[in-house]
Amino acid sequence: MAKKKADDVQFAPKGVGEIKDGAVQKGVDLPPATKKKHKDLGLSADKLKAMYEQMYLQRRFEERAMQQYQKGKFGGFLHLYIGQEAVSTGTVFALNDDDDIITAYRDHGWGLCRGISANEGMAELFGKATGCSRGKGGSMHFAKVDHHFWGGYGIVGGHIPIAGGLAFANKYNQNDRISTCFFGDGAVDQGALHETMNMAQLWKLPVILVVENNGYSMGTAAKRHTVAEIVDRAKGYAMKSAVINGMDVFSVYEKMKEIANDVRENSEPWFVEIRTYRYRGHSMSDPQQYRSKQELEDYQKIDPIQRLKTYILEHKVLSEEQIKEIDDKVEQEILDAVEFADNSDFPKEEELYEDMFEEDNPYFHV
Amino acid sequence: MAELQFREAIKHAIDEEMGRDERVFVMGEEVAEYNGAYKVTEGLLDKYGYRRVIDTPISELGFAGIGVGAAMNGLRPIIEFMTFNFAVLATDQIINHATKVKYMTGGQISCPIVFRGPNASAGQLGATHSVSYDSMYAHFPGLKVIYVSEPDDAKGLMKSAIRDDNPVIFMESEQMYGMKGEVSDEEDYIIPIGKGKIKREGDDVTLVAHGKMYHVAVQAAKQLAKDGIECEIIDPRTVKPLDLPLIIESIKKTNRCVVVDEAHPFGGLASEIGFLIQREAFDYLDAPVQRVCLPDVNAPFAKNLFDIWFPSPKQVIDAVNQVTYRN
Repeated sequence: MAKKKADDVQFAPKGVGEIKDGAVQKGVDLPPATKKKHKDLGLSADKLKAMYEQMYLQRRFEERAMQQYQKGKFGGFLHLYIGQEAVSTGTVFALNDDDDIITAYRDHGWGLCRGISANEGMAELFGKATGCSRGKGGSMHFAKVDHHFWGGYGIVGGHIPIAGGLAFANKYNQNDRISTCFFGDGAVDQGALHETMNMAQLWKLPVILVVENNGYSMGTAAKRHTVAEIVDRAKGYAMKSAVINGMDVFSVYEKMKEIANDVRENSEPWFVEIRTYRYRGHSMSDPQQYRSKQELEDYQKIDPIQRLKTYILEHKVLSEEQIKEIDDKVEQEILDAVEFADNSDFPKEEELYEDMFEEDNPYFHV
Repeated sequence: MAELQFREAIKHAIDEEMGRDERVFVMGEEVAEYNGAYKVTEGLLDKYGYRRVIDTPISELGFAGIGVGAAMNGLRPIIEFMTFNFAVLATDQIINHATKVKYMTGGQISCPIVFRGPNASAGQLGATHSVSYDSMYAHFPGLKVIYVSEPDDAKGLMKSAIRDDNPVIFMESEQMYGMKGEVSDEEDYIIPIGKGKIKREGDDVTLVAHGKMYHVAVQAAKQLAKDGIECEIIDPRTVKPLDLPLIIESIKKTNRCVVVDEAHPFGGLASEIGFLIQREAFDYLDAPVQRVCLPDVNAPFAKNLFDIWFPSPKQVIDAVNQVTYRN
């Protein structure tokens, strides 16, 4: 091999997000959405309404959270899920209520979908004692364990083996529950995923490992941080796999229900890539120079909430007026949540020492 | 009392607890069909079957995390590391997850799990197989850390570790597995976590030594006794919570202390105990506290270098001579 000049040596690939051959090179390519109607999927009008309300709640919760963050109402990191709501919603509606969900730090949508109220969620962001994690976790660590939402986790890939463990316990107890684990495309590059995939397949763990591929590992496009197609990782582990259009809640619902049934029946893991898109930056401090405005706009044109709304109206499930009623109700719920969070107390000083150990009078080294 | 090997004492504790609680299971490399790399889990597969004794791939991060998740979801895993030198790969799960899930979810999650295996060096195994990690784990809030020196302690403390509702690190030693000792045959023999033991009484100097170093301290004490120096040996057994009152009481009697610790010197148990003694018993000290540790150097392979590297009774005797102003 001929030697290159030092300046010509390259490691990480470059160029995604640029206009090439007249088109934007996207972080992800969406597979086609399902063509089935809600009735074909077994979704009642009430379910559809609940889905829409849930997605709109997640969206408005985060838009208001962003405002409050910018107003300086709370600190820390704030990773927004906006754009990805079809993934959480489609999944939660597809699973049984006692199936486990565990996710990474982009967790607000998941929490809201699994029973964290807007009040509890907003209060957690504010670091208040009334928050879902009593102000001890913050944005990245929402949890509602009695609803089988095991929480958001801040170490990329760190919660993937834990999901394997949740599934391990379910198999051990033969309780018919399955576990699902959501993580970003960035986590695909972590060894923890690969160790878990190997053991999950070897031990036939009832777990669904799901990449929410939103195209970017922080500021690095998927095609710049990981080789080949993500879903193909499954092949190396002889694992069942699927790619799902994550901008369409029906597609997520349909496929996740099918997969969940298979896992429950056969106690075998799946590796699933749900392709989606986040509209906001990685966190609030992200100038987003790694992607084009056009790409963002292209995705906003196929916004999952707008898409469901259009469907609902076209199929006359709800009228414009009824949709507006839902929107107004959600809007009020969020405004109330902001007020609730604002008016709630911070944890008491003695709570600093609580929740470390199980016993009532634990030992702390001084 | 029954005479048991160290490995048998641990196994008996695990066996009893598995018999008592169906949620307890064992997972690790070679624990099942191979019967344990050091035979600690010998026979458990036959007795409890494949559901509760599980061979893992060499994936410390992965199986430690599966253990954490299983503990969160209601089971009580005992995770065996072939050595804590390999557990370094699993520290994300131990440090970032096991110790933190309860706190950061505001108390919603419990994580009753035991991580166990041999700690520190075991002869000429080279630099990557010879590190003592007890002080490192003790640094982190949320962990209880046990490093035992004798079979009796191993039995009683292992049972406590398995019953504890928090993450516990339980450390052993490859070189001690074959060591025999009297073990209480009391039914359901429990030693509480956090309680040290005066294993030799003496008035002249306090030696604090745990794990393999306890035996080094015993050899030094025997030698010193011939010269009329009586050492009091305290084995803390649990590194964290540390039984400080036991140590301080002894210092008040002997007024001198040497800590023998198979860790590197910076920020280890020896330095922590030294600090605590000056804070709690400053007026009782007749000499500065001394320590015998590993040097701030990786473990060498060559036998002659290893022998210099590893703390010896001679170094303990020298340190005692120093605190008693006999040299």
